[in-house]
Amino acid sequence: MVVFKKPHALTDAPFHYCPGCTHGIVHRLVAEVIDELGIEGKTIGIAPVGCSVMAYNYFNCDMIEAAHGRAPAVATGVKRANPDNIVFTYQGDGDLASIGMAETVHSAARNENITIIFINNAIYGMTGGQMAPTSLPGQVTQTSPYGRDVKACGYPIRVCEMLSELEGPEYLERVTVNSVPNIRKAKKAIKKAFQNQIEGKGFSLVEVISSCPTNWGMTPQAALKWIDEKMIPYYPLGVYKDRSAEKKEENA
Amino acid sequence: MAKLTFLTDNCKGCGLCVDACPKHILRLATDKINKKGHHPAEIIDQDACIACACCALMCPDVIITVEK
Amino acid sequence: MSEKVLMKGNEAIAEAAIIAGCRHYFGYPITPQTEIAAYMAKKMPKIGGTFLQAESEIAAINMVYGVSSAGLRVMTSSSSPGVSLKGEGLSYLAGADLPALIVNVQRGGPGLGGIQPSQSDYFQATRGGGHGDYHMIVLAPASVQEMAELTVKGFELADTYRMTSMILADGTMGQMMEPVALDDLRVNPMPAKPWATTGTGMKRPHNIVNSLFLQPEELEKFNFERYERYARIEETEALAEEYLMDDAEIAVAAFGIAARVSKNAIDEARKMGIKVGLIRPITLWPFPKAVFRKAADHVKSMISVELSMGQMIEDVRLAAECRVPVSLCNRAGGMIPSPDQVLAAIVSAAKGGH
Repeated sequence: MVVFKKPHALTDAPFHYCPGCTHGIVHRLVAEVIDELGIEGKTIGIAPVGCSVMAYNYFNCDMIEAAHGRAPAVATGVKRANPDNIVFTYQGDGDLASIGMAETVHSAARNENITIIFINNAIYGMTGGQMAPTSLPGQVTQTSPYGRDVKACGYPIRVCEMLSELEGPEYLERVTVNSVPNIRKAKKAIKKAFQNQIEGKGFSLVEVISSCPTNWGMTPQAALKWIDEKMIPYYPLGVYKDRSAEKKEENA
Repeated sequence: MAKLTFLTDNCKGCGLCVDACPKHILRLATDKINKKGHHPAEIIDQDACIACACCALMCPDVIITVEK
Repeated sequence: MSEKVLMKGNEAIAEAAIIAGCRHYFGYPITPQTEIAAYMAKKMPKIGGTFLQAESEIAAINMVYGVSSAGLRVMTSSSSPGVSLKGEGLSYLAGADLPALIVNVQRGGPGLGGIQPSQSDYFQATRGGGHGDYHMIVLAPASVQEMAELTVKGFELADTYRMTSMILADGTMGQMMEPVALDDLRVNPMPAKPWATTGTGMKRPHNIVNSLFLQPEELEKFNFERYERYARIEETEALAEEYLMDDAEIAVAAFGIAARVSKNAIDEARKMGIKVGLIRPITLWPFPKAVFRKAADHVKSMISVELSMGQMIEDVRLAAECRVPVSLCNRAGGMIPSPDQVLAAIVSAAKGGH
């Protein structure tokens, strides 16, 4: 009996990601959820600009490559065109929280019935490790060679917390994939984010704290540890908004 | 009986599966080099495998199939 | 005789788009084209369509990209500064071979410029507007009726050639009220779009809408293919109206509102015995080169009348192959040349000056 195999919603193309990069784990989780919900045939994925720009080669569902930061706007168009499609975007921190912040905030405010998988690894990976909107104070990157100076560059943005102040979004959760138990929790969150869309509940975003061993200058193992030691204290895991659960509670 | 299959040529030798294995029966084969130029992961004691799939859950390149 | 209704140019575009089967509109408020958005906001919810006021022109054009990827007719409209913001999206639409209709009701620039009519986005429109090698089909209406007709045509050409069409109007055309015969609009069935991302249904390999090609050979191949398509369009789709050109010794070149002003001046000049005619490009890209080439055989000079510092004049000169002198008669910054100014230019040309 097969206990574990590559999900159908992933193509056979090998990932181009660096060794130990957690993008691959999150791709697989999304694909597993698509399989389990039986939605591959009606799912449309939107790839970002950044390391996961070629996600369109990895998912078996129909895929669209969006301009940098514009995936939520493209997803809005696709969902409005065919509301029966299940539409997800897969975006990194530079894409979602810097150049595409307006599209992120407004699609959340509209409670657009889409699913966003947000990879926060505190760095621009594809271009070689520049400071991201989520780079930590003091974090050394190619464009903050002396460490992120908050006086000059400001503070990293906590996307889930910020969006949770909006009336619009249905569901916001921050997870990580740096251990087996955390991967299981991340999958649950991703599944809920897709399930919400199927049920017409609206905007669901799962922020996945991820690693970038190459640009952090660490081994894959050290990078996963760094998530626990540095990332999680600034970006606490948990559910930031779950409107349906809140309503249930109120009713009870 | 539990069985692990590795798509060895796609392994990038990151070693995350090795750390994830509760039975400590995986290693990077330092005596082998795959097509990508990495030391691929391999199982050293198939009989001890409990098919928990922790290695497969952790693998960023989805190269492990677990059977039991 | 079909029934005519009195409509503003902007409203005629909106209604014609609906007639053409467009059910998705995304826009952002900017003068002087807001009537299009207002019309869509009223109409779309009643016919099961989408009107969405986007957070920016950038978001709007990317929503257009999404609907177009799904294979449906879709449009956005804006005015000059807003169209600059859409430039990114226009380039991506071209790179992914996606059809869409973009309306630019131009105002004076550069920068925030003004809100009065202008034609100073001619270069931006006819050269593509964004980065990379590409064109858009650019249609220049000169009446409210044409605003409607070219909107339908714009959608059809976009679908046929898998590219964007732009209606390049101006503030006057947008605000002008004229009787329109909407019943006369004929809409052909939309071609099949097997490339659209509507879900595989587990019945076909996945479709990918994309403009990224990291292998230069591959990217070059797509560029070559696109330009073969463009060559076909240049051969078959160029359109111009010729007015009193048969015996003309002077040709006035003008589009949109400038053509209407020029016609008045030409009528006056004819009364004075000057043999002058008008060539009014209806498609600015493809530019009706053949009409100008033919005219260059028999006219002594040409005058380009424009609401800009002289942009179309470059295409007129190229099309006339520099065989006749071409002079510029223009106003800019939101000003419109008067019939008297154009008449003076014609009289001067008739005397051999230019």
